Amino acid sequence: MTQRYQSWGRYPKASHQIQTIQWPEDLPNDLTKQIHGALPFGNGRSYGDCCLNDGGLLLDGRFRNRLLAFDAHSGILRCEAGVLLADILELMTPRGWFPAVTPGTKLLTVGGAIANDVHGKNHHRTGSFGDHVHRIGLLRSDGQQLICSPDENTDLFRATIGGIGLTGYILWAEFSLRPISNPYFDMETIRYGNVEDFFQLSSESDQDYEYTLAWLDCQGRGKNLGRGLFMRGNHAPFIPQAQWPKHASRQLNMPIDPPFTLINGLTLKAFNTLYYYKQIRRSQCACVHYDSFFYPLDAIDNWNRIYGPKGFFQYQCVLPQESGQDGIKEILKGIARSGQGSFLGVLKVFGDRQSPGLLSFPRPGSTLALDFPNRGKKTLTLLERFDTIVREAGGAVYIAKDARMSPSSFRHFYPQWQTFKSFVDPGFSSSFWRRVTEESS
Amino acid sequence: MRKILIIGATSAIAQAVAHRYAQQGHALFLTGRDPERVATIAADLRVRGAVQVESATLDANQIETHQTVLDHAITAMGSIDTVLIAHGVLNDQQTCQASVEDTLDAFQTNALSAIALLTLLANYMEHNAIKGTLAVISSVAGDRGRQSNYVYGAAKAAKSTFLAGLRNRLHSAGIHVLTIKPGFVDTPMTAHLKKGLLWAQPDDVAAGIVKSIEKRRDCVYLPGFWWLIMTIIRAIPESLFKRLTL
Repeated sequence: MTQRYQSWGRYPKASHQIQTIQWPEDLPNDLTKQIHGALPFGNGRSYGDCCLNDGGLLLDGRFRNRLLAFDAHSGILRCEAGVLLADILELMTPRGWFPAVTPGTKLLTVGGAIANDVHGKNHHRTGSFGDHVHRIGLLRSDGQQLICSPDENTDLFRATIGGIGLTGYILWAEFSLRPISNPYFDMETIRYGNVEDFFQLSSESDQDYEYTLAWLDCQGRGKNLGRGLFMRGNHAPFIPQAQWPKHASRQLNMPIDPPFTLINGLTLKAFNTLYYYKQIRRSQCACVHYDSFFYPLDAIDNWNRIYGPKGFFQYQCVLPQESGQDGIKEILKGIARSGQGSFLGVLKVFGDRQSPGLLSFPRPGSTLALDFPNRGKKTLTLLERFDTIVREAGGAVYIAKDARMSPSSFRHFYPQWQTFKSFVDPGFSSSFWRRVTEESS
Repeated sequence: MRKILIIGATSAIAQAVAHRYAQQGHALFLTGRDPERVATIAADLRVRGAVQVESATLDANQIETHQTVLDHAITAMGSIDTVLIAHGVLNDQQTCQASVEDTLDAFQTNALSAIALLTLLANYMEHNAIKGTLAVISSVAGDRGRQSNYVYGAAKAAKSTFLAGLRNRLHSAGIHVLTIKPGFVDTPMTAHLKKGLLWAQPDDVAAGIVKSIEKRRDCVYLPGFWWLIMTIIRAIPESLFKRLTL
């Protein structure tokens, strides 16, 4: 059995006491006396330390997995916070409903989706997960159960969306699904040459395509800097069920921890080059199942183990429109110079909208996600350098992916943190929160 | 379509079994001690697609209430053709050793209450010529008494032996009796125990239960590898076994 109570990046390591929360009465009543307080734990899909509470208590909500009500006219679902997006997909796609927003994994809980205010390939159209949440049932450490919505406990509602689990225990939530006619997507994959081409394609596509995203070949240099595959797609229109494409779900597993990371200069170069040239034509169209469209990595259980026992860092930042292009180029050049390639680079232009949560990450601009094997100080220095670029550009780094940003960077990226602080439940804390707030700046 | 009665519906394994039946569009009648929790689970099963979900409050240890609750279930559902008895408690061995009362309580919950219910349900199915299923969660712990949990184990052994006899009796009536012997299952009941390689998830055990009901199996170890482990444990001569720390 793999260790359950760790973050997806498997860095940093942490040890916890565990309390299973199946019913509201299971919440211990003296949390404020608990050293380091308590933190809700969903399914451990955030990468850094915002789902960890080293030396403290984790509140495991996986048995809070009940669906409470579904309105088949409006598509509004109310469920407990431990329900996995995967369960909603399994149950609701056959009935013609799909999550309004989904990130690149379906193995996260509804509570986690709210607490990190996750976004997906359709951000430019539909915003983040929190934009579709109507009500949240919140249990505070003093035993109070509050209903938070745009009309009730409004400020606490805004703090809880993207509130990284610190405002109390999310018992349940009510949110909208969107109608679909089948579980398939019409997807086009276009090979493009560099960062400028990406922005060109993105601005051409965002009007007509609900889902857009690019995969980057981080090996590209010079005039090829930022080259990659641009993917754009829409929900497939009505297809008679008899003509649905075949979908065989094949589940693989990474069964062991290799003693060191399998991601190195050689494997990276080979993979990236092969992937970039995987299609012969410049543009290719396909009708694909949602599993291949959104969740290719979910097909490999424990894929994070490929990085070995030291784990890896995911780095995701957003850069405002004006400075975005230059900032992204600078980061990509930095990767090339450092010789620490990124296995998965993802680039997307966010929509021009205000996020619903106080600490939400999405904001107008373009977002770049990269991951790096943990090579200790070398990697930390590189990411610190990226933080400087992001700060100068007026951007931000995504908390859900972070394990190392400095307190001063955090305060710079999230100046509203002081306001947020007043909504933090006195019985709740996390490794992340202590790391970015307890040092004096 | 099955008409399923679940005793101890708030148990993690029972909930996982109920999820599967609800998703297949069966009808369910739930019982449990806490009406609010049972109502939450009933709501969940409705959303998941159960055609009908009814419920009643039942403390299985209140044996005098059994008949009333069963009559209520049969009336509400029209009839019952599948039963899952899932209630139980993982009592603390040390506490039981020190107290006759606690030992007898553990027997009451883990054996006698189920035996009482099964007696009524067996007669109901037999009298009404229902060729249904009586599925009961026992435990690998019932296969051999060990110092670390023999009170729990002995109660489960009583259940298993009772079921073997019942199966023998009801075979000619076409009634299926299933003894379910889960190993270590990672549920809120076992949250305080340290987990290792042998631990299974409730949903995996539930999949095995649903399959065993479908295939009308007699006795199943879940996951299946426990059959091998328990065969070895049962084969150890008592003269040696009594010296082991198990």
